[in-house]
Amino acid sequence: MTAQSATHTAPETGYNFAYLDEQTKRMIRRAILKAIAVPGYQVPFASREMPMPYGWGTGGVQVTASILGPDDVLKVIDQGSDDTTNAVSIRKFFKRTAGVRTTTRTGEATVIQTRHRIPEQPLGEGQVIVYQVPIPEPLRFLEPRETETRKLHALAEYGLMHVKLYEDIARHGHIATTYAYPVEVAGRYIMDPSPTPKFDNPKMHMMAGLQLFGAGREKRIYAIPPYTQVRSLDFEDHPFRIQTFSHPCALCAAEGVYLDEVVMDDRGGRMFVCSDTDSCEERREQGHRGAMLADTPAALKGESSHV
Amino acid sequence: MSDTPLLSVSGLTKHFGHRIGCADVSFDLYEGEVLAIVGESGSGKSTLLNLLATELSPTRGGIRYRMRDGAMRDLLAMSEAERRFLLRTDWGFVRQDATHGLRMNVSAGGNVGERLMAVGQRHYGRIRGTAFDWLERVEIETDRIDDTPKAFSGGMRQRLQIARNLVTHPRLVFMDEPTSGLDASVQARLLDLIRNLVSELGLAVIIVTHDLAVARLLSHRVMVMKSGRVIETGLTDQVLDDPRELYTQLLVSSVLVV
Repeated sequence: MTAQSATHTAPETGYNFAYLDEQTKRMIRRAILKAIAVPGYQVPFASREMPMPYGWGTGGVQVTASILGPDDVLKVIDQGSDDTTNAVSIRKFFKRTAGVRTTTRTGEATVIQTRHRIPEQPLGEGQVIVYQVPIPEPLRFLEPRETETRKLHALAEYGLMHVKLYEDIARHGHIATTYAYPVEVAGRYIMDPSPTPKFDNPKMHMMAGLQLFGAGREKRIYAIPPYTQVRSLDFEDHPFRIQTFSHPCALCAAEGVYLDEVVMDDRGGRMFVCSDTDSCEERREQGHRGAMLADTPAALKGESSHV
Repeated sequence: MSDTPLLSVSGLTKHFGHRIGCADVSFDLYEGEVLAIVGESGSGKSTLLNLLATELSPTRGGIRYRMRDGAMRDLLAMSEAERRFLLRTDWGFVRQDATHGLRMNVSAGGNVGERLMAVGQRHYGRIRGTAFDWLERVEIETDRIDDTPKAFSGGMRQRLQIARNLVTHPRLVFMDEPTSGLDASVQARLLDLIRNLVSELGLAVIIVTHDLAVARLLSHRVMVMKSGRVIETGLTDQVLDDPRELYTQLLVSSVLVV
């Protein structure tokens, strides 16, 4: 994150560097600084209209636009993937309006905007991950009044959050919340980690990188500074657990990573592959081979285990 | 039991603009005592109750409460955090409309368990066990523990509200017309339950009602209100059997005898 001057000429003429005007960026940076100073606290900000619909990452895009400098390298992922529509469009957006270098490599990126996942490769110091958040208020579905939820946060009255988990166990026999799993940040605020799978919650704990959360429609920014305690809520007799997968990735044989289920045909054929496409590719380059990974000659010889 | 009152109210007054909500109300309430506030609608009963529960702030007057450590504290000088803590641990509030006192989308068990979780209990099995016990005590079949109050009848909802409030063993419970809107037999059962719980747990209760039968059945003392003022107060049978004030005589004589 390097400071950038207002005089930088963007590759696409007619736009300011990274689309937003400098005053807006300053306003958003102030909100970000406050958010970093009070970990997990939702800071209101004057969210702008962006050239994309709400729900597509308008909050994340504004945060990214405000922290981006000309020397930054940007990576954008959607569901862990670098090549889905949303990720491609946002990457292209910043390429055109800011002219920054983009990458799919987690290790190379200085700013990573994400919709659902935290990359499998641990983030290092100096890296920033920006989350797109649809609903920042973890208490929203239990307490619809904003005035009341603010009061509950202010007084740290969080019994209600456990009522939700209680209901889960009462209905399903276990905590069935698998994404947007509430966490306690730095021993104080309860925070919604946006729709990331709870698999990624442990990665937030003591992360070396800076984590920023932007909710465009709800006009809130919050943050977790580097090396901050992040604890997933649970019960003593129903401790927090992440999802586990019975098979390794079908392409790169990685274990202990988050897998996507891909339906192959209409006869029940399916495969489980890394949701983090970059990590999967890197592993395959290193020579890891999953059970369903076929190279062309093998496929022609019909040796592939599948189809 | 202590000689000092649990709740001590002096000169409590609330104005709504030029109108008087209630004026110059003073009384002491001791542990284990049930006080009924009676009067016709618009007499300021509910305003008084909301003032006592610190849901409204008074124009004048003071409310002092004896905390669990024995210290008398001025409720109005307490911070909001302290007051809310008191409200969900040491106090209960049973509302006339159960939908305001319950979380309608949360199961019965969750409703009863909420206060326990709010004071820091984090053991699912124990929370559920306590909820189970309380449902039994308020005569709700325990296999309904995972149903939401939406599926409950009016009487069951009121009983669930009582369980939800009593689970943290409060010392003072406010009740705002807990039996109105229920049919006679359900009312009788609920009153019976409240009476048993009150004597069993040694609760202090302030109950607002327009129904003199409820006052007679539950309360030790009665306060009669008219136009925001307390016009008569005394032991329940004394006030109801031998009313001094003209208005109280009218109120008592207006009860239908079947």
